[in-house]
Amino acid sequence: MLRPRIIPCLLVHRGGLVKTQAFKDPKYVGDPINAVRIFNEKEADELMVLDIDATANKVEPDFSLIVKLAAECRMPLCYGGGVTTSEQAARIVDMGVEKVAVSAAAINNPSLLTEMAAAVGRQSVVAVLDVRKRSGLFAKGYEVCTHNGKISYKLDPLALAKQLQDVGAGEIVVNSVDRDGQMQGYDLEMAMQFKQHLKVPFTFLGGAGSLEHLNELVSKLGVVGAAAGSLFVFKGKYRAVLINYPTPEQKKLLCQNALKN
Amino acid sequence: MICIVDYGVGNIQAFLNLFKRLGVEARRADTSDALADAVRLVLPGVGHFDHAMQRLNDSGMRPKLEELVLGAQVPVVGICVGMQMLAQGSDEGILPGLNWVPGRVRAFATQPKSADLPMPHMGWNSLQPCAGSKLFSKGFEDAPEFYFLHSYFFDAQDKQDVAATANYGLDFDAVVSRGHIHGVQCHPEKSHHWGEQFLKNFVEL
Repeated sequence: MLRPRIIPCLLVHRGGLVKTQAFKDPKYVGDPINAVRIFNEKEADELMVLDIDATANKVEPDFSLIVKLAAECRMPLCYGGGVTTSEQAARIVDMGVEKVAVSAAAINNPSLLTEMAAAVGRQSVVAVLDVRKRSGLFAKGYEVCTHNGKISYKLDPLALAKQLQDVGAGEIVVNSVDRDGQMQGYDLEMAMQFKQHLKVPFTFLGGAGSLEHLNELVSKLGVVGAAAGSLFVFKGKYRAVLINYPTPEQKKLLCQNALKN
Repeated sequence: MICIVDYGVGNIQAFLNLFKRLGVEARRADTSDALADAVRLVLPGVGHFDHAMQRLNDSGMRPKLEELVLGAQVPVVGICVGMQMLAQGSDEGILPGLNWVPGRVRAFATQPKSADLPMPHMGWNSLQPCAGSKLFSKGFEDAPEFYFLHSYFFDAQDKQDVAATANYGLDFDAVVSRGHIHGVQCHPEKSHHWGEQFLKNFVEL
């Protein structure tokens, strides 16, 4: 039986790993390659590495870092950050990365996903949507944003996710901006909305602070990707840096609960 | 020498890393000459079936590979699309496959039992090794889990060739072995200790 994936999501900022809160206040948590080695030992299901500088600074992906990550990584790897062409995606896949994530570039030009799917196969094309509650006095619902929350779009997040799926994305990752780094649990209502309406694998990120939060997500949604940043890099209420991951027994229990769904 | 066939498609480095950890000498081979001393062959592959077949056909290595595999009986394992290339052909494309293992590659989307499931089949799934498979004869006491990432699957014509199955809506042929020719749909190079053990068993065949 296929089971849920428990996915650490690592953010790269100025060459180091950081963790943000609501996309702000990046806190340094260590060296990316060292973190990959630890997750290898812990046999993590998959790893997501997002460079949060590349798109904001309008620069290319840092290929020298990606080569090193791919060489070290003994689990499936998803890289995102600064990818704007299918040639870049093909180059990253050739380096040994299983999946290439795009967000801003795909929202502005959905046909990029079609080109990427033609170049590397849609199983390796991931669309990431950063989604937050609309702000303002009479604002309702959710909005999509890019560039670390600086640019927002009028598009309906679910309609956009479906469109990106239809043009070539093989996986949709939704990142809840408001819950980022809060460690108080996932926005389960939002996650359910996406899961119900998507035909490609779905991964949800933002808010997990304990294994119980992962459990809530997979118990409610079944076989999905349960991604988290803070949970896997911090320990305790003072957020001491400690890379961690569920033990095989803990993971087994989580997956059993999902499969009851 | 174990040769990883580099025809421009797939994750060569991941295999080199894994064999290095196993303490086994392995090399990237991108010309017929580099294949000359191969005692084991690994044929990786990702992406579209026709793209992979075209790249292999254009690489200039195909005659040498056929000489080694079909003539000298050098053991080979095809990985992911590399496995699918062993078939006669694929529903994904129009080019003929290598036709080393009788069978055809089919789409999950066209199968009633899997058509409504999320596609691609992505993530960790359990494998059910078939009794007597040498690829699973050692080190698989715990129920093996492997990483999958695909929308098409190998349908072996002769079910005697099936070495392991997995389930995604339907049971499909996840590993095939026909004599010294093997294929695996999942990714042993990304499947932690299970994948290492699988490739170790292949090396020690």
